[in-house]
Amino acid sequence: MSVADLHLIASSEFFDTLIKTLFLESYNTRLVVLGTAFLGATAGIIGSFLLLRKQSLLGDALSHATLPGIGIAFAVMVALGGSGRNLPGLLLGATITGLLGVLLVLAIRRTTRLKDDAAMGIVLSVFFGLGVAILKMVQEIPGASAAGLDSFIYGKPASMIMSDLIIICVTLLLTIVICLIILKELTLLCFDDSFASTQGYPTTFLDIILMGLVTAVTVVGLQSVGLILIIALLITPPTSARFWTSDLRKMLWLSAFIGGLSGWLGASFSAFFEDLPAGAIIVITAGIIFLISMIFGPTRGVLPRYLRQRQLKRKVGRQHILRSIYEIMEAEQESHPLKNLPISLERLRDHRVWSKGELPRLIRQARSEDHLERQPSGELRLSESGFGEASRITRNHRLWELYLIKHADIAPSHVDRDADMVEHILGAEMVHQLEAELELQEHTLESPHVIENESPSHAG
Amino acid sequence: MSPLPSSAARPSSPASDHSPEFPLSVHDLTVAYHRKPVLWDLDLDIPKGSLAGIVGPNGAGKSTLLKACLDLIPKTSGEVLIYGKPYEDQRDLVAYVPQRESVDWDFPVSALDVVAMGTYRKIGWFKRVGKKQKEQARAALEQVGIGHLSDRQISQLSGGQQQRVFLARALVQDAEIYFMDEPFAAVDAATEQAIIELLQELNSRGKTVLCVHHDLATVSRYFDWLVLLNMRIVASGPTKETFTRENLQKAYGGKLNLLEDAAHALQNVGR
Repeated sequence: MSVADLHLIASSEFFDTLIKTLFLESYNTRLVVLGTAFLGATAGIIGSFLLLRKQSLLGDALSHATLPGIGIAFAVMVALGGSGRNLPGLLLGATITGLLGVLLVLAIRRTTRLKDDAAMGIVLSVFFGLGVAILKMVQEIPGASAAGLDSFIYGKPASMIMSDLIIICVTLLLTIVICLIILKELTLLCFDDSFASTQGYPTTFLDIILMGLVTAVTVVGLQSVGLILIIALLITPPTSARFWTSDLRKMLWLSAFIGGLSGWLGASFSAFFEDLPAGAIIVITAGIIFLISMIFGPTRGVLPRYLRQRQLKRKVGRQHILRSIYEIMEAEQESHPLKNLPISLERLRDHRVWSKGELPRLIRQARSEDHLERQPSGELRLSESGFGEASRITRNHRLWELYLIKHADIAPSHVDRDADMVEHILGAEMVHQLEAELELQEHTLESPHVIENESPSHAG
Repeated sequence: MSPLPSSAARPSSPASDHSPEFPLSVHDLTVAYHRKPVLWDLDLDIPKGSLAGIVGPNGAGKSTLLKACLDLIPKTSGEVLIYGKPYEDQRDLVAYVPQRESVDWDFPVSALDVVAMGTYRKIGWFKRVGKKQKEQARAALEQVGIGHLSDRQISQLSGGQQQRVFLARALVQDAEIYFMDEPFAAVDAATEQAIIELLQELNSRGKTVLCVHHDLATVSRYFDWLVLLNMRIVASGPTKETFTRENLQKAYGGKLNLLEDAAHALQNVGR
């Protein structure tokens, strides 16, 4: 569907403006939307490392601790005779108290036996409380307009002006560049910091760089996302990306994309609905993407995992029923080669222990896969393909058993739990060898152990 | 601050250029956590070319000893010398295999990526892993018997395979001394066999291997040098001489003596 089509559908002015905003056609919001999308993408990249370093909540403490800095910076700038609304000044203040908060968490962690969550909880709430109080006080300074400082709490991208945007974009660009330059070192730090340390890498210094990058993104994101919700922009994109891939590089790019998309939509909607805080929309968008990823993500999503399990269950069931039928035919026939003769349902039921309802289900499954036919007499007979499959499964099963019996002590390292692929696991040579051994005894594959009937009624 | 490119720092023929001293020698080492000493006044020399085991009861400070040697935890006092020099000058000579549980195996990297981490120091800062390093890593994975799993995500490996990945990472470092923290912990029999064969192979090339070990049953089969540790060195020497009932009693005795534990518990009741 093209933009033009959308225009047709949404003929009213309302939708027209919304779409113009979303697709960057409106000059007023274009830069703000792009800037916020860029913020989302950067947060997605840095957030990946924060997540892998298992320090996500430290980011939360950091963002909350920026609030007193904003208030103090405002007061200081007013006292110096300025307007107090200078963005670099405010962000500097935010950075200072933000870092102070992080240091305090680290100090509490190091000097006391308090756990991380307690240390972060204390710092986060106390700094935020302090910030709210300071903000209230600076608003009462006569002659200074502190209105709009609230936008740092919930985020309001529309309040950004061109010079703000330039500062923000330059900071973000620098952050991404640094992050990509030390990608290798950051990966090592996050995966195995003590190994990194034995290799001579200054792990504390690397941690400081990482937290510095997180601080930079947090601080420049305050205006558009707000300090309460910026943490979601750091955590949600990488966690969503992780459901789709197990490759770090792909995860970084995907996380950047998800963060960017969330930022884009959030800023567009908040530009359009004046009262809607951007942070909330951004977080909701990211949350929806997370939900979709959690369900459908191929690497570890809930649905693919369920399907894989179901598939495995079907496969195991197929192997059980076909092998059982094959073994029964072997037991019933004296001569070789084996003929595909029908067997009775009772015989099959008695052959092994089936859990409740399992046998009818497996028969249904085998029939739907064209492996099994029901004779008019009610007996079961393998189809041609079913017979081939059954003899293959039985042969592999026996090769595997023989292998385990002969080489059990070295087997586990080669086992992939799938005797179905016996040739791949054992290698052609080993398979030939095992086959040769089997062929010495009999012309067909005999089970290396006695196949017993599980049911007492067939004990004779 | 940056790791030195090893080719420059490294002597061309390690055996002859090293000072004649021991690969590892520990003098008066004390390590304390929260005011409680974990290692007390250790003196230890490991001769070149030994395949040495460190055994002792739980909490004896075995891993702590390795970590203190590698500057991973601060020493309260004493010094550790690698071929006569502090560890920070000899990093290229030492490879470390941490306990398997020390990392998150859910990390989004492949087996090959992890092994390649062993080459980072040689690559240096900012540069990417090149073709040469990838080949080295692949060869190391072959050597530990899981070359076919090199592209597999590490969470999909079994415990034994993960241990082999760690071992391969140490192999690409091509070190002189190998510090291993319980490489045999919770691995399957096949992996245990593969690991010990690998250690013996390293040993036969004159490398020194130092292994924290748990299983007393295999000590005399695996190691030619034995360190019995329980906060202090109980004994250190050739396994034949040190692996005696008397020494084991000294190292483990206190822990095994239920009466003493009971008496201790009773003392605490009154407090």
